[in-house]
Amino acid sequence: MDKQKSTKQEEMHQVEMMIGYILRIGVMVSAIVLVIGMVLMLIEGNGGYPNGVEPHSFATIWAGVISLKPYAVIMLGLFLLILTPTLRVAVSIYAFAVEKDRLYVWITTIVLVILIIASIIGYLGN
Amino acid sequence: MIYSLLLMLGVGVLAGIFGAILGIGGGLIVTPVLTLGLGLDIKYAIGASIIAVIATSSGSTIAYLRDEMLNLRVAMFLEIATTVGAILGAVLTGIVDATVLYFLFGALLVFTTYNMIRKLMSKSDELQEVKADKMAEQLNLNGTYYDKALKKQVDYQVENVPGGFTMMFGAGFASGLLGIGSGAFKVLAMDTIMHMPLKPSSATSNLMMGVTAAASAMVYFFNGSIKPGIAAPLAVGIIVGALIGSRIMQRLKPRFIRMIFVPVMLYLGIQMIAKGFGVTI
Repeated sequence: MDKQKSTKQEEMHQVEMMIGYILRIGVMVSAIVLVIGMVLMLIEGNGGYPNGVEPHSFATIWAGVISLKPYAVIMLGLFLLILTPTLRVAVSIYAFAVEKDRLYVWITTIVLVILIIASIIGYLGN
Repeated sequence: MIYSLLLMLGVGVLAGIFGAILGIGGGLIVTPVLTLGLGLDIKYAIGASIIAVIATSSGSTIAYLRDEMLNLRVAMFLEIATTVGAILGAVLTGIVDATVLYFLFGALLVFTTYNMIRKLMSKSDELQEVKADKMAEQLNLNGTYYDKALKKQVDYQVENVPGGFTMMFGAGFASGLLGIGSGAFKVLAMDTIMHMPLKPSSATSNLMMGVTAAASAMVYFFNGSIKPGIAAPLAVGIIVGALIGSRIMQRLKPRFIRMIFVPVMLYLGIQMIAKGFGVTI
């Protein structure tokens, strides 16, 4: 029993390490993009858009990122940051699957599905 | 521009430290600074505080996962209740009377303040006897963490799972309907109702609030509530602050963290009751 428990804990530990590693990469990438955007903003002295206008659709953000407009780069970084929690949930499903914890594979999948539905509602609602 | 950039970075670092320790997100600090301090429209302040919550959550979760401070199963199980509640709340905006909810949830926070003071008064404080209920065992929710301040491994049991689940649903519902953060209620559900120790409660709340906020963040991202020039330095500052805060928290005595909680919970509770009366503090 005890031995079983300790291997289980060891597995759980590895799983958490893995989620932590992926999360760390996600956070670092979004932070780097944000910092690049801020540096561009300082160099150019503005956001690259006329006053009061900010890019907030995929098309305008993408077009702005290609021409290195500060605000567009920042919005990309913010979008990546918003994705990190969802990424965390997705990786957790895989992690529980590795652990053969079917109950939690289901529970976490339900959370991910709800999250995706909510995001789509949010996207379409505008 | 450099001045406002540095100001936002600084505010972010503070909000990140504070938010990571308590598990309640940065809105509490960020919103008043933006609206009262900078005179920013509340629409943009809400957009910024959603980004703040996600940044706090993602920044602090890095350390909390590595040090096994949080309980991933509790988080995912309760997340179902919060997200479903949040969507339902958002859909029912305008149909359900917000005033009643403000009073109800405000009163709950005031009650929690009382409960936390009572816990501080009793000598046995943080080491409460908890009997795991059947559901907690079936769901494998009991856990363990290493307390760096007490220098020992703390095994803990979880009780009253249905109560905690219901509370989380209510918290999600309120946050969807009223547009408020739900971090305080998450800590309340785990600490007060399910009798989880305070540190894993806060760490787990940190993980959860990012997931809950991510759902509504898409709305704000695409409807133009997010000001890039403000949100970017804030987010970077908060990530740094949360990395620091999640390390500080593990070294604090649970009792000390509870002491910080008392005024915060009371403030949030009074603020909500006042909103029920139509007064914004």
